[in-house]
Amino acid sequence: MNWQFFLEVLAGGLLAGVMYALVALGFVLIYKASGVFNFAQGAMVFFAALTFVSLVERGMNFWIALLATLAVMIGLGIAIERAVLRPLVNQPPITLFMATIGLTFVLEGLSQLIWGSQPHGLELGIPDEPMQWLSESANINISQFDLFAALVAGILVAVLALFFQKTRIGRALRAVADDHQAALAVGIPLRQIWAIVWAVAGFVALVAGLMWGARNGVQYALTFIALKALPVLILGGFESVAGAIVGGLIIGASEKLAEVYLGPFVGGGLESWFPYVLALLFLLVRPEGLFGEKHIDRV
Amino acid sequence: MSGRNIGEPILVVEDISLSFGGVRALQNVSFDVREHEIRAIIGPNGAGKSSMLNVVNGVYHPQVGTVTFKGETRHHVDPHHAASQGVARTFQNIALFRGMTVLDNIMTGRNLKMRTNFLQQALWVGAAKREEMAHRRKVEEVIDFLEIQHIRKTPVGRLPYGLQKRVELGRALAAEPELFLLDEPMAGMNTEEKQDMCRFILDVNDQFGTTIVLIEHDMGVVMDLSDRVVVLDYGRKIADGKPDEVRSDQAVIDAYLGVAH
Amino acid sequence: MLYREAGQFKATYVEDQQIFPIRQDRIAFAILLAVAFLVVPLVGNQYWLSAILTPFLVASLATIGLNILTGYAGQLSLGTAAFMAVGAFMAYNFELRMPWMPILGSFALAGLCAAAVGMVFGLPSLRIKGFYLAVATLACQFFVLWALQRIGWFTNYSTSGVITAQKIVILGYAVVTPASKYLLTLSVVAVMALLAKNLMRSQTGRAFMAVRDMDVAAEVIGIRMMRTKLLAFAISSFYCGVAGALYAFCYLGTVEPEAFNLDISFRILFMVIVGGVGSILGSFLGAGFITLLPIFLNLVSGWIRHTFGVELDHAMLSNLELIIFGGLIIFFLIVEPLGLARLWQIGKEKLRLWPFPH
Repeated sequence: MNWQFFLEVLAGGLLAGVMYALVALGFVLIYKASGVFNFAQGAMVFFAALTFVSLVERGMNFWIALLATLAVMIGLGIAIERAVLRPLVNQPPITLFMATIGLTFVLEGLSQLIWGSQPHGLELGIPDEPMQWLSESANINISQFDLFAALVAGILVAVLALFFQKTRIGRALRAVADDHQAALAVGIPLRQIWAIVWAVAGFVALVAGLMWGARNGVQYALTFIALKALPVLILGGFESVAGAIVGGLIIGASEKLAEVYLGPFVGGGLESWFPYVLALLFLLVRPEGLFGEKHIDRV
Repeated sequence: MSGRNIGEPILVVEDISLSFGGVRALQNVSFDVREHEIRAIIGPNGAGKSSMLNVVNGVYHPQVGTVTFKGETRHHVDPHHAASQGVARTFQNIALFRGMTVLDNIMTGRNLKMRTNFLQQALWVGAAKREEMAHRRKVEEVIDFLEIQHIRKTPVGRLPYGLQKRVELGRALAAEPELFLLDEPMAGMNTEEKQDMCRFILDVNDQFGTTIVLIEHDMGVVMDLSDRVVVLDYGRKIADGKPDEVRSDQAVIDAYLGVAH
Repeated sequence: MLYREAGQFKATYVEDQQIFPIRQDRIAFAILLAVAFLVVPLVGNQYWLSAILTPFLVASLATIGLNILTGYAGQLSLGTAAFMAVGAFMAYNFELRMPWMPILGSFALAGLCAAAVGMVFGLPSLRIKGFYLAVATLACQFFVLWALQRIGWFTNYSTSGVITAQKIVILGYAVVTPASKYLLTLSVVAVMALLAKNLMRSQTGRAFMAVRDMDVAAEVIGIRMMRTKLLAFAISSFYCGVAGALYAFCYLGTVEPEAFNLDISFRILFMVIVGGVGSILGSFLGAGFITLLPIFLNLVSGWIRHTFGVELDHAMLSNLELIIFGGLIIFFLIVEPLGLARLWQIGKEKLRLWPFPH
């Protein structure tokens, strides 16, 4: 076996995993704070990326467009809390999950209705090319862009961690995540908190949308990356930020390795299902995920 | 309560210890229940009473100890096995099937007695139809017994609390159990509802000879209904005996009045 | 005043447990069946028969399938289209490799294959619930489509991956016209809907609902969790499999695996939610509603063009359709979680009292 090639595949997989983790992060945030499995996270990524790229294409300055999109995403978060979550409060989680499937369709339709359905290119100024020094010195090709994305993900996680640990809102969020009823009892305004969480998830979606949009172009197919993030969540547990990152890395690496080393034997295209089957097998061993908490059914 | 012949022990739990993570719910609890008797389990909140019932019918699996029912000793009881041996129960927080009607809920109680397979049921002819009707007749007897004819076709989710408790009793009765575990059947009821429920419990015990294990907080009810009482506190058995013996037991008085441990 | 049940007494439990206990309902349903079987094939034009009614019936069958699993047994699945795909491609292979097999035999065997696949992917339901399970069923969706695309045997090594369903011959009679395909679909769907209704009002159905409503209590009264859940997956997948076979043979004709993508799974789920979770009647109502909605939108856009002179282009319409679909799902979950079937029931209760409000 060619170890350089192996390393290259592994590194590529790990970095792709970071990209999955970026999307998974948004799921985890919302799940932690409101117990809602937000299937629409992928649609939010698409919505954010499409809004941003359309604003830039209409001549808006990069940073102003970024702020404007952020404002839109925060507005969206508040609107979702109002229109979807609030009327469904105290419903079983599965009902909320189905509602977010409906939300997915609304967001996909809405974003394309407003901005049109044609694909857009997105340029962040980071070339998606192998880094020369690494190619020359070790003969391993790793894309600059992938590293950049990893860096962004790292910063994002750090910022979120600071936000949760150091700010008042962040602490309230953690209280809500631990126990809704208790949080209500000590006077934390649940609805505001939910709106904020959805807004933060919108921000994470924007970052993920920029990364994915720059890599694959901003197009409808972006909504499918949410499907990539789901096995990551199963693996990492729905309520753990660390789990989202580690799960992302494992899924990214194993999927690329499987594609390269198993793919030729079965005709390729494993990427579409391999992460799912991996996550599924994992579920059978540890239903609560790598970092999830074990629940005891009380009767 | 004459006319009942209290027999040999039908249920024996021996040396049961159960813990969740670090929390010890039950420690070395042993007691027996005799055939046809009404046995009460009492104790302060968190004493491990519900956990004890959950051990008997296999919802929880104790780390140590055995459960002997009708002469068969098991360490690991499986809920389905317990049900098929004739153990039925009600829950502290009503565990009815909320989306189904009263009739359907009680019909589920007879599931272990149904023999036709799903293909016969899909065709709804011959054996499947006859079986369904035969069991419906049985279930109607339970409905008459509990005086809930008027709400037969109502989804249980729409019923008031007291009636839901009664339906849950009906579902368990429909299984024609030999051992009946009742977890706070009268919690949250008004006096009249309590009286009805007491009457049903005594009738079940008297008419069908069903052995009953009962968790109850209302001391008056416990003293009136039960033949013998087990007292649990912090997962340990602190007393066991006839109601008036238990009532005058110093350890029991301390547990209820909260003497420092 | 016509819709009265006063004076209709039920003397036996058999009478009390009929599917339609009220006489007027029985008459109305008999008329509906007569119209569907006798009148529609005569008066329906080709467009209505093959582009609307046949796919509607197929969708209804798949919706019944998913409703058995999700609505009755409470196990959410996002892999419906995969089970349909198994049905479609296996029916094709049975006809191809065993030409002597009667077509209904192939459909049934294809359904059994789908049931087997359903049980395999239903295994995780023994350990996981809710959206964990929903995600697990996505594994089925992606794996099955991948297998159908990559393993040549399924498509008889067709280079394009597209199969052409064989001609249907029943007892020497070729089923080729839209009307005859419609009738075949209608017969299969009507019989299977009846069987599903019977099953759901028997012990099996009650066990499914018990598992859905409170699994711990179900286990305590002696319902076997594993058997019940796997049976729900098997029966549900069987229905979806037969629906897939009908989809291929009576509607599409030529099929590729991509025809059974995730979008179809979602669409069937929407039919369940809109129509009514846990209702056979609701399955038909939901399928009808979701099938007719795009057609209705087209009519509206035509009307808008006609009256206002505003052209709604195709892309805009399909985006509007997405928004309306999604919005409807949210609307029904919030306002009427039991869907159109519940609205229908409320309407009937009102009608019983009419014209006196109390």
